[in-house]
Amino acid sequence: MPLTVDGIFKQFGRFPALVGVSLEARDGEFLTLLGPSGSGKTTLLRVLAGLDKPDHGRVYLNGTDFLAQSARERRVGLVFQQYALFRHMTVAKNIAFGLDVRPRATRPSRAAIKARVDELLALARIDGLGGRYPAQLSGGQRQRVAVARALAVEPQLLLLDEPFGALDTKVRKELRAELRRIHDAAGVTTILVTHDQEEAMALADRVVLMNKGRIEQIGTPEELEREPASPFVFEFLGETNRAPCEVAGGVARFEGFSAPAMGADRRAGKGMGLFRPSDTFLDASPSAEGLPVRLVSISGRGAVRLIECQALSGHRFTAELPEHLAAAFEAGGRARLTARRAMVDLDHPVPDKAEAATVAPLRERA
Amino acid sequence: MNLTAQPRRIDSPLSLLLVAAALIWLALIIGAPLATVFVEAASKGVSAFAESFKNPDTWAAIRLTLLVAAIAVPLNAAFGLAAAWSIAKFNFRGKSLLLTLIDLPLSMSPVISGLVWVLVFGARGWFGPMLEAGGVKIIFALPGILLGTILVTVPLVARELIPLMAEQGADEELAAVTLGAGGWTTLRRVTIPNVRWALLHGVLLCNARAMGEFGAVSVLSGHIRGLTNTLPLHVEALYNDYDFVGAFAAASLLAGLAIVTLIAKTLLERLGVSEHTRANEA
Repeated sequence: MPLTVDGIFKQFGRFPALVGVSLEARDGEFLTLLGPSGSGKTTLLRVLAGLDKPDHGRVYLNGTDFLAQSARERRVGLVFQQYALFRHMTVAKNIAFGLDVRPRATRPSRAAIKARVDELLALARIDGLGGRYPAQLSGGQRQRVAVARALAVEPQLLLLDEPFGALDTKVRKELRAELRRIHDAAGVTTILVTHDQEEAMALADRVVLMNKGRIEQIGTPEELEREPASPFVFEFLGETNRAPCEVAGGVARFEGFSAPAMGADRRAGKGMGLFRPSDTFLDASPSAEGLPVRLVSISGRGAVRLIECQALSGHRFTAELPEHLAAAFEAGGRARLTARRAMVDLDHPVPDKAEAATVAPLRERA
Repeated sequence: MNLTAQPRRIDSPLSLLLVAAALIWLALIIGAPLATVFVEAASKGVSAFAESFKNPDTWAAIRLTLLVAAIAVPLNAAFGLAAAWSIAKFNFRGKSLLLTLIDLPLSMSPVISGLVWVLVFGARGWFGPMLEAGGVKIIFALPGILLGTILVTVPLVARELIPLMAEQGADEELAAVTLGAGGWTTLRRVTIPNVRWALLHGVLLCNARAMGEFGAVSVLSGHIRGLTNTLPLHVEALYNDYDFVGAFAAASLLAGLAIVTLIAKTLLERLGVSEHTRANEA
């Protein structure tokens, strides 16, 4: 069912939580709302759930005016950060709640409710736990119950607020795949809020990246990776090396090397160049092109090595190299650094000296 | 491993002394007077004890006390639930004022809780002449006794519920609403079950206090025997008549009520604890 969010504004006191947010979700699509804390993603979720009223704007689901309906009428499945399971009810009662509380005329029969609960227990792979109380479950199991309970009412929209926040890394990854599977099986339009970019990219059909109450970019994970709309998007999505540069004609010129500029910004000028460790190259031969750097440390296991290095200017960089290439280097050695591509931030003033310079070359000052 | 110090066995002379001192003090200050009530009540034999309950004024006092409790306790339970709900689950202007007001009867002498109603509804009070003209009697009648009792027992249910509800937060209620539950269903199926032991606990305390209240009721009742004397007032009246067996027999009822309340309270706490541990074992 297509969801249309049009020009939502929401202010808490003097704090603008949402500043003109518009987006559309296709029927059955999985969107993630990604952003730092305070970016407005949870507020947007609460507006969709009916727990907050926006100051301006419209929301339509399937052509019906969503904002005219109360939270109770919307038939939205909401999964809370702390799950909010009913602590005095068994798992089965929790899942059945949304059906049990329907007015008699529309309430399914006891047998039908039980069948639905069993179906959901199986879907969430928690069969056999129906008789337990929430406090007798692990975090991951509670999470599954919360999703099953939200799906019981056959919601038009499934909303999840940081659903994996309270879980450890291993369970989190496992449940991530489970959630995607449940979504695909149930076919319900789903919106998930998270501050974890890896989670957002792994789960979503499209990612909505928010910052300061605005949407910075909406796109598939690949689009965000390949064509970040802004330096904020670029920095938020992964590890970033920073160095001053000058951009003109789609080429960013750094000290010692140049790289093609990414993004839609076609302006020329001085700015801060940003590039990923995975786009960073090192060459051991002294005659090679590139910025001369000293290798500080080499770390990492498996197929990838992270090499920390420092330029004479004091700027520090991280290069991510495959194991066989990294074997040519050792800590304390020298190399030439280049980048495959770079994003340029023209809107924030570039400090004359790198931040690292204030710490590293103490000897030179003394 | 829990780093908090667990209670140890009594192992040194000093700790033995402290524990003994505490026990002796309690025995002197609470145990002995309580025992006296029962001893005095039975001092002239069981027949005299039973005889004293043939006094119709005693029965009137018992009936009035039960009636007052039967009205005041449900009202305060409802108010306590509403107040605790609004304080624990919402932010609003005047929240701390409401909290302070709820506590006020605890820090105020019960006599004042009685006197304020006299000032409002008494013959020389603000509404006194109006009420007299309308033939409505509040002071020195059941309504006055009720008002005094309610005022004194207002904090007892709310105080039990506020910390628990604040700790539980409002997420479960919000979840219930998004699942399609209305306000009444949410209250009945989520909110009240979540606080049921604390609510019962508060109701018990409220009931004990409502039946035992003396100060406020003494100001408001007018001490009309067989009509406006509650059980505590009746005890005093009998005592002033030098009817010691009667007085102590009636007092033993009140003391018995206190003991039953205490046992029920302990049982409730055990039940609550065992449910809590059952719910918490993985």
